[in-house]
Amino acid sequence: MDAIKTINLTKYYGKSRGIVELNLSIKTGECFGFIGPNGAGKSTTIRTLLGLISPTSGSAQIFGRDITKEKKAILQNIGYLPSEAVFYSGMRVKDVLTLSADMRKMNCTKKARELCDRLQLDTSCKVDELSLGNRKKVAIVCALQSNPDLLILDEPTGGLDPLMQREFFEIIRERNRNGTTVFLSSHILSEIQRNCTRAAIIREGKLIACDNVDSLAKTNTKRVTVHGSAVLDGLDGVRDRMALDGSVSFLYSGDMNILLKRLSAGHITNLTISEPNLEEIFLHYYEKGGDRV
Amino acid sequence: MRIVKHELHQGKVSFLIWSASIGFLLAVCVFLFPEMKGEMDGISDMFASMGSFTAAFGMDKLNFGTLIGYYTIECGNILGLGGAFYAALCAVGILSKEEKERTAEFLLTHPVSRVRIITEKLIAVLIQITAINLIVYAISVGSMAAIGETIPWAEINLLHLAYYILQIELACICFGISAFMRKGSVGTGLGIAAVMYFLNLIANITEAAEFLKYITPFGYCDGADIVANGSINTKYLPIGVILTVVGIAAAFFRYTKKDIA
Repeated sequence: MDAIKTINLTKYYGKSRGIVELNLSIKTGECFGFIGPNGAGKSTTIRTLLGLISPTSGSAQIFGRDITKEKKAILQNIGYLPSEAVFYSGMRVKDVLTLSADMRKMNCTKKARELCDRLQLDTSCKVDELSLGNRKKVAIVCALQSNPDLLILDEPTGGLDPLMQREFFEIIRERNRNGTTVFLSSHILSEIQRNCTRAAIIREGKLIACDNVDSLAKTNTKRVTVHGSAVLDGLDGVRDRMALDGSVSFLYSGDMNILLKRLSAGHITNLTISEPNLEEIFLHYYEKGGDRV
Repeated sequence: MRIVKHELHQGKVSFLIWSASIGFLLAVCVFLFPEMKGEMDGISDMFASMGSFTAAFGMDKLNFGTLIGYYTIECGNILGLGGAFYAALCAVGILSKEEKERTAEFLLTHPVSRVRIITEKLIAVLIQITAINLIVYAISVGSMAAIGETIPWAEINLLHLAYYILQIELACICFGISAFMRKGSVGTGLGIAAVMYFLNLIANITEAAEFLKYITPFGYCDGADIVANGSINTKYLPIGVILTVVGIAAAFFRYTKKDIA
């Protein structure tokens, strides 16, 4: 069964575009990445799935339940981590966690304690006094303490230091191994590349690619770094060229033989040819209007 | 009832401040009565001859020299206006604050239906209004007993009941408005309460404006009328009931469909 399935899901805010005919299918147990820059429609998609906003047209199902008709049952199985964690002023962390558990009609004390220990979160602090990172940790515990079947994570690492980010993804991977479906929305592509098996790219409200992360990253383009001197001017298929400390690095999608001839005519001390990272591919999707590299 | 409990906790400070303020002012007024009673003959004549001002506050129908006359005018305004302000403030922000303070995302992504959220928030408002009225009533009656006056139970009970109904009506109107708002709710609440109060003053001044009493809830809980007639004016009450129901219905209608920013 699909954990999330959207069929032509569309949301307009008046005349402004939110998302347009979005078709997504995420399998149960999958760790799925959702990539797009600010304003592309990532949050609109998530807010629609969570029932915070109503779709203009189209439909969506979570674990086979319609998002508009069975919202309460759906939310019982979802842990949501918002990009910006805001809580009720004046409350202590432990009260926020208890309120969240109570609203799920669950006792999550043990799980909450375990998560707070791993994330080094002091539950006696008032939420107003917490740093951005610590507020994020409260939101993480709120999302995870009920052991939901689906985790929807919106820009999850904002504010977390690198050690906490590592611990956080360790927890997410553990949950995923135990069968939890993860929907990870982010514009930090390395997060998606490291943690997700499949990913979708959204641009201006429309889905422009959806595939395995490896397939998305698989391309004819190579990242070439040359140390030494070679004449590359006029070579077709060179872009994103950067010169640094006697070396030059560029993305190359032209004929490899022509490149090698040019390089052999010069004086090369070192040469690296590697796959471009997802970041570079992602930029390409946006620059080229969605055509594959 | 988890949201009721949460709302009561969130509104605790405001509740205590308003209860203490209204209760304190009422007690001070009542404690001043014995001192003023001796000078009342002259004062009553003076108050009865101030033209429109006399009519506006109902002083043409009441004897300022009696405890109930004094209480109705002096304390009635404190309780009427103070209670109305609290009720309006309490209700007008209860739904809108979630978006204003950006906590709506936290609340609405939990498995609680919006109908339940609206219902529990309404219950929380009604509990707070009921509690503040009970506290204020106890302080008033206690103060009267403390100064050794005979308590005019029937009139006092009617007055307090009328103001309670007024507050419920105002709260329900503001509750409905709250569902439509995202920010700036405090000014709206205070504004509505103040406008309703002044509409009644205008209606008291001139007969041509008496129709305003149908609009404002202060129309049916005009203390002077209640004490003079010994009953709440039921002529104006039905419109109040309709506005109360409309306010609650509007809140459910709007908030269950609202896109949360």
